[in-house]
Amino acid sequence: MNPTPPLGTHAAIPKPALDQVLGALRDAGYTLVGPKVADGAIVYGEITGIADLPVGWTAEQEAGRYRLRPGVPGRLFGFAVGPHAPKRYLYPSTATLFRTRRTAEGFEVLPGEEAAPRYALVGVRACDLAAIAIQDRVFLDGPAPDPHYRARREAAFLLAVNCLEPGGTCFCASTRTGPRCTTGFDLALTELDEVLLVEVGSEAGAAMLAAADWRPASAFELTRARRALAEAEGRMGRTMDVRDLPDLLYERLDHPRWEAVAARCLSCANCTMVCPTCFCADVVDTSDLTGGEAARVRVWDSCFNHEFSYVFGGHLRPNIRARYRQWLTHKLATWIDQYGVLGCVGCGRCITWCPAAIDLTEELAAIRGGEPT
Amino acid sequence: MARPRLAVYKFSSCDGCQLSLLDCEDELLALAGAVEIAYFLEASRQALPGPYDVVLVEGSVTTEEEVERLKEVRRQAKLLVAIGACATAGGIQALRNWADADAFRRAVYPTPGYIRTLDRVRPLGDVVLVDAELRGCPISKRQLLDFLAAVLIGRTPRMPAHSVCTECKRRGAVCVMVASGVPCLGPVTQAGCGAICPAYARGCYGCFGPMERPNTGALGDRFVALGQSRDEVARAFRGINAYALPFAAAGDRFARSDIEEG
Repeated sequence: MNPTPPLGTHAAIPKPALDQVLGALRDAGYTLVGPKVADGAIVYGEITGIADLPVGWTAEQEAGRYRLRPGVPGRLFGFAVGPHAPKRYLYPSTATLFRTRRTAEGFEVLPGEEAAPRYALVGVRACDLAAIAIQDRVFLDGPAPDPHYRARREAAFLLAVNCLEPGGTCFCASTRTGPRCTTGFDLALTELDEVLLVEVGSEAGAAMLAAADWRPASAFELTRARRALAEAEGRMGRTMDVRDLPDLLYERLDHPRWEAVAARCLSCANCTMVCPTCFCADVVDTSDLTGGEAARVRVWDSCFNHEFSYVFGGHLRPNIRARYRQWLTHKLATWIDQYGVLGCVGCGRCITWCPAAIDLTEELAAIRGGEPT
Repeated sequence: MARPRLAVYKFSSCDGCQLSLLDCEDELLALAGAVEIAYFLEASRQALPGPYDVVLVEGSVTTEEEVERLKEVRRQAKLLVAIGACATAGGIQALRNWADADAFRRAVYPTPGYIRTLDRVRPLGDVVLVDAELRGCPISKRQLLDFLAAVLIGRTPRMPAHSVCTECKRRGAVCVMVASGVPCLGPVTQAGCGAICPAYARGCYGCFGPMERPNTGALGDRFVALGQSRDEVARAFRGINAYALPFAAAGDRFARSDIEEG
């Protein structure tokens, strides 16, 4: 048995030893979820070990375009984020909040989910850690924390990865949410050519790392990791100037650019679905044909959906211009008023996965240009 | 309380949507227990007269006789529900609304004089008031069952008017347009199918018809940017829901060669 590394340790393990850590997580009762190749993309799914990772794969990403490509052979994490975010597992797209069953006396209320699944999320990037921290504020702060989110969140193990291969639509350097994982992880990996450096971020992380043959990372290795991260920071595919937010947008609510982007925007909601911080939901009731059982279900919804802003008397945001402006202004301005941080973590998913190839960094730059209107 | 009386009627169509009802194998007994199936010729010879509480109507209206029959069905129906693309938008046969029906008649039938049709294929809503629409070619049996369960218990049925993309992303499917460059009508098509086609790596062909306020022009422009000809874009919109207004307008716009590239 290896010694348990203290918190904050920077350790090094041979790459194959990652399987020992993953095995320890599985033995501890976690379901392993990590990046894997499926349907022409790197998505999140259940994995069993290193062999299931997208080893040697990467992806080209541009606005409205994603293509899987062979990358550096043997590289475990040589790619940027794909369409899935940890949100899928901590805040699932469809969740049964509770069920009811008719009884002789009336009806009884049953829980929607018996026990929260325990996910070990493998390969979480700095942008997604920042997104999780944001959703923590949304769902856990305040007088009415969400019990469904809390159960999954508290049960989760976060095995993060420092991003050394930013994608074509990445801009976490601009939003200061990456590429290095600084907080909020149990373990954080940095992949060098021969070894994985592992930073210990929690007691749970230390216990799992103890399953592997770790040694302290050398000063040489730490310098190489630092350099690789600094270099990655300079290779972001996008930049976004976040100065003067939120006021910049409040002063430009009638900028002609809103009309121009609305002409291209499909209002299809893809951007909000892939966004790791977007949290809007609809709550719907279901019942069976006999009327004996019913359930209340929460599903991801979007401010781009026409019926989303329907209230008695009409729609608050009847056209695409109003809906795009609502989304961008919430992400980059009112979010700051609401939660004290930007609602954007620079992951670039909304750019890549927009079927109309709309790029929010380009839209913000255009709105920033010209006089306030 | 008496069980609600259900009837199923058919006009010009392929029967596929009413078959979706018979396809509800696991729920069929529960359904038969919850409602009185009073008129459903595809399932039973027993044909009880109206009035009916819920009438599911499949098919488009293509003859004068169908116009009159549909009006009579409406008189017998407390709740008239159009099921399927033919009933809600005219269906694939509405493609003849862009052509000369007389020419087809002469080309197809040895004695065209016996064939009498309307000059245009019409959705039910063109002829009578329709209380609800279940879209699709065919309809989703899941949505049909939810609709009937909702009517039985008196809650609002779940019929989202938003895009297929919302369902596609909820189920975690990879976008075929972004990851493979496949043209997909999902961003302008109404949800309800569960995003079946994109989940099997093919583009949505819009069988649920236009979502609420679709930006069809922008999607067509994007198809062109992906390498489709304007004619191919026009044909994408002129499919099963060609005659639904937003798709018809987009089809016409992209079919017109005189406005090529602005």
